[in-house]
Amino acid sequence: MLRCREITKLVSESMERPLPWYRRLEVRVHLMMCGLCRGFAKHAKLLRNALRRHPERFEMSEDERARLSSEARQQIVATLRKLQS
Amino acid sequence: MAAMDEDRTGRMVDTIDPERWVEQHGDTLYRYALSRLRDPEAAEEVVQETFVAGLRARDQYTGRGSEGAWLMGICKRKVIDHMRRRNRVDGATGGDQQADPSLALFDANGHWRHDTRLRDQLPESAMLREEFWQVFRRCLEQLSAKQADAFTLRELEGMTSEEICRTLEITPSNLWVLLYRARLGLTACMQAHLES
Repeated sequence: MLRCREITKLVSESMERPLPWYRRLEVRVHLMMCGLCRGFAKHAKLLRNALRRHPERFEMSEDERARLSSEARQQIVATLRKLQS
Repeated sequence: MAAMDEDRTGRMVDTIDPERWVEQHGDTLYRYALSRLRDPEAAEEVVQETFVAGLRARDQYTGRGSEGAWLMGICKRKVIDHMRRRNRVDGATGGDQQADPSLALFDANGHWRHDTRLRDQLPESAMLREEFWQVFRRCLEQLSAKQADAFTLRELEGMTSEEICRTLEITPSNLWVLLYRARLGLTACMQAHLES
């Protein structure tokens, strides 16, 4: 019988590649009985869905007002000018 | 209308005004790079590399699609290049030993510790709340850089395992460990900080 540590690892691995059928079965049975592992599995999948569906919300969060500093701006403009001349 | 578009494109190809360029696209590119790299200095560097590459490759800009989208395409590649470089430097020191969240979450027998709290059900609608994203972002910053980079490439850039392994120069089983630790760390951190 696999413990919670191995089960959660398999849950994560199953998001990367197909597991052998007996592992899939073991994970499924374990998740039916174990609320904490189920909590992990659901959260990991929620994250995947959230990031696929709303990448723009991630980019905007907190950094809505993040702006290129004026020093960086000036430096970039100067670099581009040099390249142009 | 078509004539006007042509004219605009033509101007862009001939003479780029760096000031206008940076004014118009700088912040968008910066926010993108910062969100992926979590490091303001690295993000500024990547934005500069993007504009320089854009200027050098301006002949390749066909005028189809917006200038902003074209620069963003360049920026995405530059972000991945940057991750490749910084993980190569880190890679020499070996791995990710110090940053295994499973040590704090499981006991020696591999069972969850008694004080672990994980909600069975976080509603899908959680992702619509601003709080969800702020907490996610802060928790992502708590992961080791390598875990966070692997997770970002996988879930945000949607790269395949093979592509990520090539980029970070790691084996698939290394990658699975990094992603596992990232997911475990994020889950524990986010659930501790999200209000019910």
